[in-house]
Amino acid sequence: MAKVILDFEKPIIELEQKIAEMRKYADNLDISDEIGTLEGKVDQLRSSVYQNLTRWQRVQLARHPDRPYTLDYIQYMIEDFVELHGDRRYADDKAIVGGFGRLDKDTVLILGHQKGRDTKSNIYRNFGMPNPEGYRKALRLMLLATKFGKPIITLLDTPGAYPGLGAEERGQGEAIARNLFEMSHLPVPIIVVVIGEGASGGALGMGIGDRVMMLENSWYSVISPESCSSILWRSWEFKEQAAEALKLTAKDLLEQKIIDRIIPEPMGGAHRDPLIAAATLKRTLIEELKALKKIKPDRLVQLRIEKFSAMGEWKST
Amino acid sequence: MAWFKRSKENISSDGQKKDIPDGMWTKCDGCGEIIHKKQLEQNYFTCAKCSYHFRIGSKEYFEILLDHGTFKETEKRMRSLDPLKFVDTKPYAKRIDESIKKTGLHDAVRTGEGEMNGLPLVIACMDFSFIGGSMGSVVGEKISRAADLARKKKKPLLVISSSGGARMQEAALSLMQMAKTSAKIAQLSDAGIPYIAVLADPTAGGVTASFAMLGDVQIAEPSAFIGFAGPRVIKQTIGKDLPKGFQRSEFLLEKGFLDMVVHRKELKQTITKVLQHLNP
Repeated sequence: MAKVILDFEKPIIELEQKIAEMRKYADNLDISDEIGTLEGKVDQLRSSVYQNLTRWQRVQLARHPDRPYTLDYIQYMIEDFVELHGDRRYADDKAIVGGFGRLDKDTVLILGHQKGRDTKSNIYRNFGMPNPEGYRKALRLMLLATKFGKPIITLLDTPGAYPGLGAEERGQGEAIARNLFEMSHLPVPIIVVVIGEGASGGALGMGIGDRVMMLENSWYSVISPESCSSILWRSWEFKEQAAEALKLTAKDLLEQKIIDRIIPEPMGGAHRDPLIAAATLKRTLIEELKALKKIKPDRLVQLRIEKFSAMGEWKST
Repeated sequence: MAWFKRSKENISSDGQKKDIPDGMWTKCDGCGEIIHKKQLEQNYFTCAKCSYHFRIGSKEYFEILLDHGTFKETEKRMRSLDPLKFVDTKPYAKRIDESIKKTGLHDAVRTGEGEMNGLPLVIACMDFSFIGGSMGSVVGEKISRAADLARKKKKPLLVISSSGGARMQEAALSLMQMAKTSAKIAQLSDAGIPYIAVLADPTAGGVTASFAMLGDVQIAEPSAFIGFAGPRVIKQTIGKDLPKGFQRSEFLLEKGFLDMVVHRKELKQTITKVLQHLNP
């Protein structure tokens, strides 16, 4: 698979390749000193680049085409996964996947947006942009999970709900609104994780939960930086500024008290080591689920509503 | 990205709707008729000839829908902070100050209690004139408190929406208002209290995708724009003009997302009848 390299990743990856090459030819030469120096250099470079990422660079990482998607995480974390399909109303939306599987010892419903890796699979997945039937499939499965008392895990990763003719005709707004309404009072634990892009209502449509977390290099906001730029600046050119203004990173949202926790990614992003990324996510999910299972369903719903009710800032003069 | 630059010959520009006019005479955007201000007022700010509904604000709706002198406003002075210190072409803090000065409102929704043909209810009405009726923390909080009030006092809730969607300048905090208001409507629903949603022109984006679409009964004014994605975005996605009447009230009625489309002059009587049926 051709690796995609972002501009700011380039110097690091070039250096890494150089070291790998030197190792290969190091058999009959003693160049461990040189390798050591270069490794020190690459470490330094890594921490200077990755600890000072701009918000726009985080957005780029969140969209990295090699980044693990929902089905990757399911494959790495969940045992005996059985995917279920269709909303029983209209269609099966390929931009949202879901089914039951085992997380450690518990059967859970795991749902998420699904992007494609290449043109063909992206068209099949509609670039991870759901139509109303996607949200309705998600709701059908969540009601099923509720019926059988299974916890729900949702993984958010979408550039937005699909803005198409059919989507509007079939009630995109209503489908999302209905999910917010229903998810707010389902009497089972719900854990939400933004794993990539959390774009607006398209993400929030599966985003109400008892714990809301974000991977370190994901973003979550009311609009994408590009669209924000086009509306407020009337040009596509201000996406970097828009990303800064929107304060859309995991750290920002933790400060805004919208999310509960940031899940660390391997140095350089989840795509640099998907297995480690998935292992960390799995550990976190198990830990959070263990705590949530102790709370009675009524109390869970009450706490969930209180949690979202507290969000926002205003003053009553 | 070449597809952003493709020619737009299939897309024609759309006309802009105007707010309530200031002069004595005004031209109807629907049919071009010249209407006197007094006549417009008497006719619920609709055109007598073509029924075109002029965009109005909370002040007018409270007068039209509530019994005279019964409205008691709640959370009157709640106003937006600028939690993200948001600056685009203009600082958000300045935008708020200017909007307050221009409109005399504190934010894009007003809430309170009142009576409709003697029936007590809790009412919220959005004002499109305040930053496009956009929903930030204040709109979300006021709608939520209205729902709480309705639940506590066991009075039905009526919300009139008119909004461009979530307010960008409060970013993720605005997005979360969709979650908050929907959760509050769910609580109200669980308590068995009726919630009537009235959709006025325009109801879009995050407002459509939250409380505006969650009414036990969904009523819209004629020809109101109602949609999740804006027409400009959809046009760009599909690369051609949208069918006539697309995302208008009548279209949504046809597709099954509204219970009825009601002329403004019949709104009060219709809602009263519905509430009489639904009230416990």
